[in-house]
Amino acid sequence: MSGFDKVVDSYEQAMAGLEDNMTVIAGGFGLCGIPENLIAEIKRKQTKGLTVVSNNCGVDGFGLGVLLPNRQIKKIVASYVGENAEFERQMMAGELEVELTPQGTLAEKMRAGGAGIPAFYTATGVGTPVAEGKDERQFNGRDYILEESITGDFAIVKAWKADRYGNLIFRQTARNFNPLAATAGKITVVEVEEIVEPGELNPDEIHTPGIYVNRLIQGTFEKRIEQRTIRPTPADLAAGE
Amino acid sequence: MALTRDQIAQRVAQELRDGYYVNLGIGIPTLVANFVPEGIEVMLQSENGLLGMGPFPTEQEIDADLINAGKQTVTMATGASTFDSAESFAMIRGGHVDLTVLGAFEVDVHGNIASYMIPGKLIKGMGGAMDLVAGADNIIVTMTHASKHGQSKLLADCTLPLTGKGCIKLVLTDLAFIEIKQGKFHLLERAPGVSVEEIVELTAGELVVPDSVPEMQF
Repeated sequence: MSGFDKVVDSYEQAMAGLEDNMTVIAGGFGLCGIPENLIAEIKRKQTKGLTVVSNNCGVDGFGLGVLLPNRQIKKIVASYVGENAEFERQMMAGELEVELTPQGTLAEKMRAGGAGIPAFYTATGVGTPVAEGKDERQFNGRDYILEESITGDFAIVKAWKADRYGNLIFRQTARNFNPLAATAGKITVVEVEEIVEPGELNPDEIHTPGIYVNRLIQGTFEKRIEQRTIRPTPADLAAGE
Repeated sequence: MALTRDQIAQRVAQELRDGYYVNLGIGIPTLVANFVPEGIEVMLQSENGLLGMGPFPTEQEIDADLINAGKQTVTMATGASTFDSAESFAMIRGGHVDLTVLGAFEVDVHGNIASYMIPGKLIKGMGGAMDLVAGADNIIVTMTHASKHGQSKLLADCTLPLTGKGCIKLVLTDLAFIEIKQGKFHLLERAPGVSVEEIVELTAGELVVPDSVPEMQF
């Protein structure tokens, strides 16, 4: 690695320095746009006691769900955790601490964390369990609560394309939390489907500038689909009649 | 007769206006997309980062990178845009979405809504619901009027943990279309063939009934 070249040779190098009890911010929504190979590397390393910040926690056997059976996650900050039996078991048994956070607040916590803003006021959650213990203040006659931002020791991100300098382009709804997570890690590690040479990406079309990216690796992805929903084609309908 | 899920969606769809940006929650609200009135264009916002959601894909069109907030595979409509989650919730929290439709377990006369958690039973999380109810001015809640055991879901005070406080003004149930104002429910319309008495019976919070209550038109 030299200059602005962020490319590393192995997943081991990509996640080097991750230690027990660190905080990891992960991009992804459901199983869409998750850094699946970086998660697999955390499983391989057997890092324990992690605080994981992610919209969801994968499913049994895929995504962040693979870190559950060996109890690698101590605490998760997420907005929705309903797709995972082992998760539910650990949560109900009190083995896993869960901080439910509204989805927009979670996104803003990452964005603010990455932008050096320690906290922000939002109307989301006023009068609900989310507001408990938080400062409240009125602006223009409306109530708001103070939410603290989040930064991580590591951020793990999945993008579609990158150049070697770590400039990133995301694809469709696989973008979701990834650009926000990318800004909020002390060490931000990105895996992509394709790495090109600097200058090959149109600067106007870059979603995340390379300044946020510390390490970059090209991987292959399963891209598992959580809810495969289809509509029949006219040909299908004709065949069915 | 109580409305079917499709009929609830169909009645909500009558509230759509040309040029609306609309966020539809999971369940009955999703069905609203099937009943957009003739001659009206709406654009569907999916909070995972898509404005201009299209129908489900065909087998050939399936793309793992393109899903909706219910994690279902979808397509993009003409003129769609994609963006990150902070941008998506800037639209929602900034009040830029014209209509939000979502489900609930309970609503009350103060406009409070409980929709995400049954303590000891169901702990899945609020997803984007708290942001949606706090950010939108124009929200329609769709739900059944009462539980299977006949327990009203339109209450004087919500009993479950709240999703939002004082933010709901319109509720469409399988029996009635109800407005919430000045600390009371107000009966606007009744489902075809459903009597005012039935609705009063199954509404636990104070319900104001005008002299004449029109039936919903389909």
